[in-house]
Amino acid sequence: MQMPQPNASVIALKDQLAARLRSVMPADAVITDIAETRAYECDGLSAYRCPPLLAVLPASTQEVSDILRICHDMGVPVVPRGSGTSLAGGAMPTADSVILGVARLNAVLETDYADRIIRVQTGRTNLSVTGAVEAEGFFYAPDPSSQLACAIAGNIAMNSGGAHCLKYGVTTNNLLGVTMVMMDGTVVEIGGGHLDAPGLDLLGVICGSEGQLGVVTEATLRILHKPEGARPMLIGFDSNAVAGACVSDIIKAGVLPVAIEFMDRPCIVACEAFAKAGYPDCEALLIIEVEGSDAEIDHQLALIGEIAARHNPVEVREARDADQAARIWLGRKSAFGAMGQINDYMCLDGTIPVTELPHVLDRIRQMSAEYGLDVANVFHAGDGNMHPLILYNANLPGDLERCEEFGAAILKLCVEVGGCLTGEHGVGIEKRDLMHVQFNAADLDAQMAVKDVFDPGWLLNPAKVFPLDASESHRAA
Amino acid sequence: MMPTSEDELSGMIRDASGPISVQGGGTRGVFADGQALSTAGLNGITLYEPGALTLVARAGTPLSEIESSLAAEGQRLAFEPTDMRALLSTSGAPTIGGIVATNASGPRRIQVGACRDHLLGVRFVDGAGNIVKNGGRVMKNVTGYDLVKLLAGAHGTLGVMTEVSLKVLPLPQAVATLSIPDLDAAQAVAAMSAALGSPYDVTGAAWADGAAIVRLEGFSDSVAYRADRLAEELMQFGAVTIGDVDWSAVRDARAFAGLPGDVWRVSIRPSAMPAMVSAIRADGDVQVMADWGGGLLWVLCAAGRDLRTSITSGHATRVRGDASAAIARFHPEPAAVAALSRGLRQRFDPRGILNAGVMG
Ligand SMILES: Cc1cc2nc3c(=O)[nH]c(=O)nc-3n(C[C@H](O)[C@H](O)[C@H](O)COP(=O)(O)OP(=O)(O)OC[C@H]3O[C@@H](n4cnc5c(N)ncnc54)[C@H](O)[C@@H]3O)c2cc1C
Repeated sequence: MQMPQPNASVIALKDQLAARLRSVMPADAVITDIAETRAYECDGLSAYRCPPLLAVLPASTQEVSDILRICHDMGVPVVPRGSGTSLAGGAMPTADSVILGVARLNAVLETDYADRIIRVQTGRTNLSVTGAVEAEGFFYAPDPSSQLACAIAGNIAMNSGGAHCLKYGVTTNNLLGVTMVMMDGTVVEIGGGHLDAPGLDLLGVICGSEGQLGVVTEATLRILHKPEGARPMLIGFDSNAVAGACVSDIIKAGVLPVAIEFMDRPCIVACEAFAKAGYPDCEALLIIEVEGSDAEIDHQLALIGEIAARHNPVEVREARDADQAARIWLGRKSAFGAMGQINDYMCLDGTIPVTELPHVLDRIRQMSAEYGLDVANVFHAGDGNMHPLILYNANLPGDLERCEEFGAAILKLCVEVGGCLTGEHGVGIEKRDLMHVQFNAADLDAQMAVKDVFDPGWLLNPAKVFPLDASESHRAA
Repeated sequence: MMPTSEDELSGMIRDASGPISVQGGGTRGVFADGQALSTAGLNGITLYEPGALTLVARAGTPLSEIESSLAAEGQRLAFEPTDMRALLSTSGAPTIGGIVATNASGPRRIQVGACRDHLLGVRFVDGAGNIVKNGGRVMKNVTGYDLVKLLAGAHGTLGVMTEVSLKVLPLPQAVATLSIPDLDAAQAVAAMSAALGSPYDVTGAAWADGAAIVRLEGFSDSVAYRADRLAEELMQFGAVTIGDVDWSAVRDARAFAGLPGDVWRVSIRPSAMPAMVSAIRADGDVQVMADWGGGLLWVLCAAGRDLRTSITSGHATRVRGDASAAIARFHPEPAAVAALSRGLRQRFDPRGILNAGVMG
């Protein structure tokens, strides 16, 4: 991974910078000790590491503003950080940058059940947003698997999704407003409790901008009342193609499940060995969850069962109660853990048109043979967001590189069939250099124009998202 | 000008010597000075995959064509695009480009989201003639910055869209509307909030003619079940009847069509709506109705009145009124936000020729 040469003159400013930062915030919130800054050297993409120049942990929007103003004055790059669970290296520091962690900004500022909104500081974890409203029967819909750890800040920056986004949408569809601090320290309020923008939809472009346009300190989120109930169904098939066709038919039939999860044989086998969920021995399985009252759930599952029956399933299992539901989800939920047990793995995140599923899975299988690396597939089938897990051995020289090449080949395939490089994890550093595959120079220039307007000095979250050759002239301007 | 290809459009914009007024169907009352540029030549559905819930169409495609293709497969544009012809006394055929450019979203906004939430990708030509694509045709996509949202609702000021791809959804088997008559603003908001805060998946909640109306959609048995349950919960607000209501009239604020005066849309938190209605009434004669559970207020007021002087939260857009009056269509933004918007316009349209002045 090529990163720009750290700026030695910025590194030389370390002590002076720390002193200025300590003049605007408590001393313990400015971390300069190398043993301690190491805690921030990577995020969930742990193959890449680099300790930052220093780290700051502000406790208010004002402190964030002060920090950014100082860094702006001194020309120091800033990398915003939530909980550090990014799988794309989005929160990875550079040696000449300040990590600005929002973990101390974790308060609930307002809940309003009549207006169905909650306003939080963005260091709050995703799950604890739901935690704050569930006593009243409400929840915050986007539910990344990392929801216990990841922060709303990171969710907004990555426009994170979750298992239930087929029905409820991803972060951007559930975000109503933000307080954001610009790189020069200016605080802007965008959106709020109302549903549309008075002018250009700035909120829409801030969400998913990977920490490069400003530091988001507060957010207004849409909350919803929980459904009366939810239950999954498990259907096993003897081929990926048939399972894929079944997904298409369910969607065409007008049933809109909240989740359709897909696992292929390698994944089923690994999960079975790890979690012993009692999954059938088959080539592919779907876990489909629907919501409503008991009668509504029965009706929808019956419809899905009918559709599945036309595809000769090897097994159909309908959860009758919470215990059976938990067993159906058990294997799926432990998929990443199961993979981690047997191997090092790299988790991809491309999206394809649902109709291309069988073709893409076939190609991945062929490529797996060519590269000599196993791959297991587990993904959100309803929306075509794939998560191929490539297994490799980190201790074997050259294996990581081969794995990355294989990964890049799969992502190129996703783009080729009409999809994209990343469905929910973001570009970060991981997919930065693949952006040329999906976008031409004009496409990238248009995106970088936004960056130029929000952060003219290109100091926020440097060297991410845009290929360095493409961004060079913008950074120099 | 009426380009028939993206390249031709790009050339026209690059070579333009003055302002350009971008026209789709011309039904939404968005008119800029300058040479007219029609999207009518950029026409047709280019891809429709019912099994993937996606439709791609060129920007000038009439909505009616899209709707009939979707209906044939039992699907629809779930964000319920508005039809402004009656209200604005315009004629012509609404195009998908015009809908996206104005982010035109109806009552179902509160449940499935706005047009921008269903927009998966765009192709557009910016003010310098560059052809740009963003997003794509898949449901989940976080690759690079989301210019798709930025283009939705930009009223043609950042670029001329040539193609849009949209998420579509199944048509429901059944629809039912619960009505409670004779409610004032505060009672109506309370009833709508109760309905929207229930588990029954309400797809519309409006207040018109003094009645709160709440819509349910889905499979027949399910709609019947939820309608009964919700009726029980809403009884505390008044007598509940269950029946059919023409939601397109709500969607298009058709009650104000043909009546004299200016029309405004006020976007607010529902809980702020009753006090705002009082304030607006105190400052002059008006008719009001609400959509989005009280979060969207439609106001008919005397011509030339600046409704913004009565508004203390949210924002107000004047959708009908004398264009030459000093009142801007859009609510002024705070200085720091306005600077960002201005900066973006300068970058996407350096000469300021695309629908100049339409957004202020
Ligand atoms: C086991 C596991 C499962 C996962 N499952 C999912 C999943 O199902 N769906 C999914 O979408 N993702 C998933 N992820 C990825 C990750 O959890 C998400 O991207 C998450 O949103 C990151 O949140 P974070 O708080 O950890 O952010 P970080 O990792 O700290 O940062 C992510 C990005 O946000 C930026 N950022 C952080 N704070 C701010 C701020 N205040 N202002 C502006 N920018 C900021 C950072 O600069 C960085 O670019 C998973 C990760 C793991 C490890």
